[in-house]
Amino acid sequence: MSSQQTYFGSLENFQKGGVEVIDDDPKHYAFSNVFEVASKSKPYEKVAVGKNLKYVIEAVRAEGTSPWFAAAHDEAALVMDGDIEVHYLKPDQPVVAEGKEGTVKLAAEPAGKKMGYVKVRRGHMALLPKGSAYQFRNAGKPGVLLVQTILGENTVEKWADICQVKA
Amino acid sequence: MSTVANASQGLNKDLGYKAHSIGGFRFERDEYFAHIFYPGGRHLIPVDAFLRALMRDVAWGFFYGTVNFDNVFGTVNHYGTVEMFVGLFNEAYRGSNRHHVETFESKDLKKVFDEMLDDWTNEGFDPFAAPDETGLVFGPKKGNNTAAIRRQRLVADRMVGLPGDLTFRTDPQNRQLADVPTDKPGVFAEPGFENDVHAFNFFDYLSRSDVTWNPSVVSCVKDSQFCATTEEHILPITHGNDRVEWFIQATDEIIWDIDDRGTGKPRSKVVMRAGDVAAMPADIRHRGYSPKRSILIVWENNDSTLPQLYASGKVAPYPVEF
Repeated sequence: MSSQQTYFGSLENFQKGGVEVIDDDPKHYAFSNVFEVASKSKPYEKVAVGKNLKYVIEAVRAEGTSPWFAAAHDEAALVMDGDIEVHYLKPDQPVVAEGKEGTVKLAAEPAGKKMGYVKVRRGHMALLPKGSAYQFRNAGKPGVLLVQTILGENTVEKWADICQVKA
Repeated sequence: MSTVANASQGLNKDLGYKAHSIGGFRFERDEYFAHIFYPGGRHLIPVDAFLRALMRDVAWGFFYGTVNFDNVFGTVNHYGTVEMFVGLFNEAYRGSNRHHVETFESKDLKKVFDEMLDDWTNEGFDPFAAPDETGLVFGPKKGNNTAAIRRQRLVADRMVGLPGDLTFRTDPQNRQLADVPTDKPGVFAEPGFENDVHAFNFFDYLSRSDVTWNPSVVSCVKDSQFCATTEEHILPITHGNDRVEWFIQATDEIIWDIDDRGTGKPRSKVVMRAGDVAAMPADIRHRGYSPKRSILIVWENNDSTLPQLYASGKVAPYPVEF
């Protein structure tokens, strides 16, 4: 077995790299760090750290209990730090219009049937299935989620605040 | 690498390897080198580096955009046809009109590449493995390693582990990722929702990958694909983007050399550590160095209209303006 240790990073302990410019503009790389972004975010604020036309990846600070969310398409959440539960509901009536893209924040828990829940921690990936409503719960220390989704009304874009801008 | 203008007609060595030809290109190998003969001359690449690059080009179906085997030879994917070139993206070759390009049907070039890879890969050499994990490829022909080179790129429809989708890996953990926790998430699905209430240990899944620099799709949101991969040593090709892609460094560290896509002139170095996220613009080429086996997510937009959008200038080569 190798004695080499795998370095994961966490909210409390991360070592950010960076862009070393030779003949370029560092802004071209939109370089950020999910732990640093989450360390400065409000709970469950969905901050875009990657954008590929209409698609985004969002860094989310998982602290306490989130609002109920839903989407008309699948999403995925990778836990980068923390111990988190995801609870799922199948709404009695659709809560997001078919074809709408991005995550929708619901005003309250929708009426519906309990689908179950998952308990996930660092390195685990959870499906956020289309047509469901879901809620993150984290009673422990703050965690970090990386959410694969589509640009939506709840995506926060603040690139100048989170990205390397100087060589 | 080396390029010779006055190429001989062949190597005249009987080491047990076949010559492989398509169009004006002829490939021969000796103990140490792949010799690429073309109408303008002969180009040499160390055979271990050549086979590692060839393995990726074949496994990825010529990938997105340009696969540079080195700073002279490579392929450009046009998704149905493929350009094979010498010097096309090398400023000196282009400036002196010494470049050479031919276009082939993808299936025809793949057939030649498949046969060459099988013929030239000796027993004990695995072009997908890190150098510390495999034997040498030098010398006369000695058997083959067909099982190693037939590994396919894995593509999940929705997410790894869902019923009917990609299954979990059962390989042992890699020696350099043996400390990755193997615990399973708790999944408590109510009856009838087993296809939707789902989670898996993504890091553990990656730690069991037996290949390097070979992204496999683990989760999809329409055309948004998380292509996860384990990286060790050097990316065997220099990838020239035909669209923006993103890197998310999940563990450890990779250092990327970023050059201009068209000329090869250096532009930046990007140092990525766990938690770092960076775009790779559509007008660059990149090559990564991973001192320790690391987990990387290559985030791709699989929209087939993108190469034309970027090539026409309808969208900027950079993903965000700020």
